[in-house]
Amino acid sequence: MAVGLTHYLVVAAILLVLGVFGIFLNRKNVIVILMSVELILLSVNLNLVAFSAALGDLAGQVFALFVLTVAAAEAAIGLAIVVVYFRNRSTIQVEDVTLMRG
Amino acid sequence: MNWQLAWPEIALAVCGMAILIFGVLWKGRSNAFACSMLTAGAFLLAALLVLSQGGGLGYNGLFVVDPFSSYLKLLILAGAALSLILSVDWNEREGFQRFEFPVLMLFSVTGMMVMASASNLMTLYMGLELQSLALYVLAAFNRDDARSSEAGLKYFVLSALASGLLLYGISLCYGFSGTMNFADLAKAAANPAGVSPGLIVGIVFVLVGLAFKISAVPFHMWTPDVYEGAPTPVTLFFATSPKVAAMGLLLRVMVGPFGHLLPQLQSLIVLISIASMVLGALAAIGQTNIKRLMAYSSIGHMGYALIGLAAGTTEGIRGVLIYLVIYVFMTVATFAGIGAMRRNGRTIEKISDLAGLGRNDPMLALILVICMFSLAGIPLLSGFFAKLYIFLAAVQVGMWTLAVIGVLTSVIGAFYYIRVIKVMYFDQPEAPFDRRPASLSFVAVAAGLFTTFFFVFPAPIIGAAQVAAKALLG
Repeated sequence: MAVGLTHYLVVAAILLVLGVFGIFLNRKNVIVILMSVELILLSVNLNLVAFSAALGDLAGQVFALFVLTVAAAEAAIGLAIVVVYFRNRSTIQVEDVTLMRG
Repeated sequence: MNWQLAWPEIALAVCGMAILIFGVLWKGRSNAFACSMLTAGAFLLAALLVLSQGGGLGYNGLFVVDPFSSYLKLLILAGAALSLILSVDWNEREGFQRFEFPVLMLFSVTGMMVMASASNLMTLYMGLELQSLALYVLAAFNRDDARSSEAGLKYFVLSALASGLLLYGISLCYGFSGTMNFADLAKAAANPAGVSPGLIVGIVFVLVGLAFKISAVPFHMWTPDVYEGAPTPVTLFFATSPKVAAMGLLLRVMVGPFGHLLPQLQSLIVLISIASMVLGALAAIGQTNIKRLMAYSSIGHMGYALIGLAAGTTEGIRGVLIYLVIYVFMTVATFAGIGAMRRNGRTIEKISDLAGLGRNDPMLALILVICMFSLAGIPLLSGFFAKLYIFLAAVQVGMWTLAVIGVLTSVIGAFYYIRVIKVMYFDQPEAPFDRRPASLSFVAVAAGLFTTFFFVFPAPIIGAAQVAAKALLG
């Protein structure tokens, strides 16, 4: 069986769902959320590259490079915010992020 | 290639880097103040460049300049400049005057201006991310404050999720139409019957991502927490420029590339609009924190603005654009008032802390009264006209239900706005606030005057909005 576009799309969709569930079902650690965000972005990259190859159009691959750059910047800022948060509260448990609610 | 089209953005980006270097090298005591002033100058320069521009499509169709984008850019710059003025004294009093603050604001504004000019999904995403990345840091800017860092964390997680979903939508749109260009996407979606389901799913994902950015229900959950936790000038910034940019982007995407599918997507937009209006009106009633109240108020206002998009006509788009201008100035004036809430050097945010303001500081109380009445939509203040144009557009296309729900929710909303006024004038007075800085008074009076006297000279803004709406609909 040859690996076609559909297979790539299915894998990407599974990764996306894993990432979204990782954010919403995770009750433990903020770092896991950062990893889930990264997973979502990578699933998109897989999509873009697969489409780009299937369409014979380079724009998708160019976009994938941009997304990689943005993902790196986002991870850096996310970790910085987690560090700032940890300094103030001495915890990064998700269930403790509840100073404000309502 | 027509690269001069991006002059305002190029100028802003270069200024941002220059100010950053200046701030690092010049170790003077007031380098934060100097950088703020330089940033204000950069905003002015960008506004002049926007005004002096012609129109056209540049960068191989990636970037468009038309009256619509110029209108949004000027509004974004105005909102950012007013927040910046407010932030100078605030940051000093709170003890975190750092020169990075205005620079981050500047980069975020650059991103928003790119968003306003996007004519390709790639430009859209890069602008949106440049804006968001700077906003994450701004939300957590008061880094010694637990609430500010929590606001930053919450905004980061939810916004990153929304960006991810938006991006997934973009990838599907690209895959199922073979292009990222808005003009080609419009051609690919020209026949609604022949559109592939994959493209529809992609469009819905894009819609979700943008609905998050304008904090429309059901993607609003970050708004109250971030508004409450972030420093007040940052909250003001969040409430004005990014909302304008995201709403503009939503208009451009829904009317431009996906315009042929708008009739199908209309029910979705109507649903989001009604949910936002109702939640904005009901959830605000029980709030005790004034910034949280403003968060729900802004959710409601975005619901009203979406009515214009649901109508989808020139009048509707024009209504949204007028709404955005009026909303920005009302919000600026209100937040200037909130910025003045400080007693014995400590920030206070409870609505009950406003008690006695009518006696202690009649001028500020008057401005807040005007803002509250205007936010509620009392006639002759600008907020009334904002709603009027929107509801007229809805009625013209026969969307009576939407207009009626809008009027009903504004009546409910009037309750909590008027409660704020009652607290200021009729509750047991408390000690007066600290003396307010001149910059704050300037911002409050300028925005207050606009809100009060909009009805005297509405023509320039309505005319500009008309031209912009026409340009968008082609």
